Amino acid sequence: MSDAQPMRTPLRQIRGLGSARSGTSHFWHQRLTSVAGVPLTIGLLLIITALLGRSHAAVVQILGSPIVAIVMLLFIINTAYHMWIGMQEIILDYVHEAKWKFLALMANTFFVFGVSLASIYAILKLSFGV
Amino acid sequence: MAELDTGMTTGATRPRPISPHLQIYRPMLTMVMSIVHRITGAALYFGMLLLAWWLIAAATGPNAYANVEWFMGSLIGQLILFGYTWALLHHMLGGIRHLIWDTIHGFEPAEREMLTLATLIGSIALTLILWVVGYLVMGGPR
Repeated sequence: MSDAQPMRTPLRQIRGLGSARSGTSHFWHQRLTSVAGVPLTIGLLLIITALLGRSHAAVVQILGSPIVAIVMLLFIINTAYHMWIGMQEIILDYVHEAKWKFLALMANTFFVFGVSLASIYAILKLSFGV
Repeated sequence: MAELDTGMTTGATRPRPISPHLQIYRPMLTMVMSIVHRITGAALYFGMLLLAWWLIAAATGPNAYANVEWFMGSLIGQLILFGYTWALLHHMLGGIRHLIWDTIHGFEPAEREMLTLATLIGSIALTLILWVVGYLVMGGPR
């Protein structure tokens, strides 16, 4: 029993690390963005419901109005961070080979930046109408 | 049967202890809902492409917007949107359930079953209500 290898990893080896090298900050940020996500998701659903069946001109006008645009921007920014952490967690759970793991983590970052920046650009264009 | 590592073997090559994976457990509601939470999260991740497409089309012009409206109004589009609505609401309610659990409440057997069932029933009910409102009050997609 005394010569059994201790199961506990020395603390200094894991402090501030973890598979993604960032410790527990993502755990907390995921809670933060989930709390913010509840009212923002309700806001998104209300906006989309209110836009059903409307003409393109009406949709453009409503999406570009300040309150609607701000809710949409907050939803997209908040969701972008939430889904980036979430997908990273899924990747770290299932992809163990270093090469594929880091390729998948990179793809996750590219996807989130691409989709969210495209959405943000569209809303800003609708808002400022250039 | 999996071999049990009792820790009595010696040497540097002894494998690290690992926890058993999903297939060893009898499926339970809380466990299935936990898996569904992850699946809906992953689905919503790719579903953000739809939101981006819709917004970009609106910013591009009437023709691009008409394409999105045509797709969203088609049978496939409606099925995707219906699934997207449910996934979003289910992930949101499941998230609220996890936030309640984060405060160390609702862990009694009856409580956690009730919370989990409420997530499922609530998400289905809210999805149906939203679609009924969408079709009856707002006239549905066009």
